[in-house]
Amino acid sequence: MKRIWILLLIAGCSTVDTPETPTEVSFKTPEGFPDPVYRFENTPITTAGFELGRALFYDGKLSRDGSISCADCHQQEAAFSHFDHDVSHGIDDRLGTRNAPALFNLAWHSDFFWDGGVHDLDLQPPSAIMNVNEMDESLDRVLEKLRKDSKYPALFRSAYGTEDVTTARFLKALSQFMLMMVSANSKYDRYIRKEAGITLTADEEEGLRVFNLKCATCHPAPLFTDLKFRNNGLKPTPNPDLGRALITLKDEDRLTFKVPSLRNVTESPPYMHDGRFSSLARVLEHYNSGVQATENLDPLLNQNGRRGIALSDTDKRVLLAFLKTLKDDSFLSDKRFSHP
Amino acid sequence: MKLQYLLSAFFLLFGGAGCDLFENDGFSATDKGTLKIAFDNVAGDKDLVMETGNYTNAAGETFNVTTLKYFVSNIKLTTEDGKVVAYPQESSYFLVDESDPTSLTLTLTDVPAGNYKALTYMIGVDSLRNTMDVSKRTGTLDIAGKAKGMYWSWNSGYIFFKMEGASPQAKPATDGTTNYRYHIGQYGGGFGTPPVKTINNLKNNTLAFDTDVLKIRKNKTPQVDVKMDVLKVFTGSYTMKLSEDPVIMVNPLGANVSANYAKAYTLKALQPNVP
Repeated sequence: MKRIWILLLIAGCSTVDTPETPTEVSFKTPEGFPDPVYRFENTPITTAGFELGRALFYDGKLSRDGSISCADCHQQEAAFSHFDHDVSHGIDDRLGTRNAPALFNLAWHSDFFWDGGVHDLDLQPPSAIMNVNEMDESLDRVLEKLRKDSKYPALFRSAYGTEDVTTARFLKALSQFMLMMVSANSKYDRYIRKEAGITLTADEEEGLRVFNLKCATCHPAPLFTDLKFRNNGLKPTPNPDLGRALITLKDEDRLTFKVPSLRNVTESPPYMHDGRFSSLARVLEHYNSGVQATENLDPLLNQNGRRGIALSDTDKRVLLAFLKTLKDDSFLSDKRFSHP
Repeated sequence: MKLQYLLSAFFLLFGGAGCDLFENDGFSATDKGTLKIAFDNVAGDKDLVMETGNYTNAAGETFNVTTLKYFVSNIKLTTEDGKVVAYPQESSYFLVDESDPTSLTLTLTDVPAGNYKALTYMIGVDSLRNTMDVSKRTGTLDIAGKAKGMYWSWNSGYIFFKMEGASPQAKPATDGTTNYRYHIGQYGGGFGTPPVKTINNLKNNTLAFDTDVLKIRKNKTPQVDVKMDVLKVFTGSYTMKLSEDPVIMVNPLGANVSANYAKAYTLKALQPNVP
């Protein structure tokens, strides 16, 4: 009897001191995926936290003049990349130097950006916010705008119990939203899971075979990236972007960039770190005939005395057919990720 | 037992004054005291005057200082018998900013009483804290708060040491201005696949007190006065020339600057008790 009474007392206290605990949302690792690398123990995902992150992702207040939100350069229909833009297009029509990467399956990434300069998803948004060509704003001013906003204090209260707008709460909310952006339901995935009625066409099946033979070392399933930094032999520009070397300051990292995922790749043109190729056909032709003998060229692209990857016209046709099977319509149209 | 009785008798006999005398020399192992560390930023034998002060570096270049900030962290004390006492790391991150007089004196509370012969601290933010969850980076380390301007978002990590100003000899920027900017960070991090380490500019300074002893007691607040000489930033180990490299940020030359400023901190004085 005594023990029950104590428990009741504790329960009573906690309802007074802390408001309703937000409902936790479970992050599910898709079948066949490795364990995520994101430290989830530090960021429990809740419905209210996710919705706060979603509101922030779509809000121009994160930029200096209110004109640019995360979603401007990361559009859902383009797999959260910037449709039709070679390099990122930010505030005052300023242009960045690199192509906005597609966002999904971020829980499996330990390095962000083309150069891997950020090691934690939580620390990724400040880079876009503070970049003069993107949002050109300071983090403290963003937080101040949110504090004065008519809707955010309540959203922070729902997500975290109080209205305090702190750096960590702000960044963790964005992470909660972005972490849930999982793409694992393409035709390819359903085929691999042997779902009823899902078959590959002859071209798609042949494309998968060619892919496994010629592309999968750098773009292995299920993430379709090995998450490494490589130089794929692009023709150098007059002042080449040194990529990874800008972070590590090491000669061996010059001209290397993070290998992008090929999931939803048909929806996220243009391609390469500087968006120089407008179509996948041009990308394939680059690997077939365009690979340059640049410093630090990835050894995989220079084997048996041949630069690049020999691709016949048939190879290219079937590869394109296969790459289309990586399009995940349910992800691209998932209402949870759209403008709130 | 007998000794305790004797001591009790001693206290009873000599009363309050006797106690004070006794405590001046001894202390209990569980006593805690306060320690202050005061940074005095100078330029050689001159006091550092922001903006208007004009100084000459080892390369003969004249310069002024408009910004001077650095992180001091991971504070440790070495006792007379060689034991290292670490101040709780969680509370051990301070940002010294020459333009904010209140930031120049660090106050460490609940330091174990003892006789200390050396003080060690890091200039910068250690790699562990640099990679710690963002929720653990509050106070001085809040990138939207006190650490604003002392953090690289695109190459994530804290700037350890920031010194800016102008020099007529500095190599002009594209807009013709002759400012210099040293922003030194990088903790030997990098978590690529495979892992690649960036350069490591973390520096520890140890100030030995020689024959002097820093006495921390529960009723006394000693202060370590530290002198930081900005002239040495240009010449401790390498001679830096503003005419050649006025802007050093994420750059291999940052290692030269950090090697220099590691030698810029010296012991100025020990004060046994300050208000």
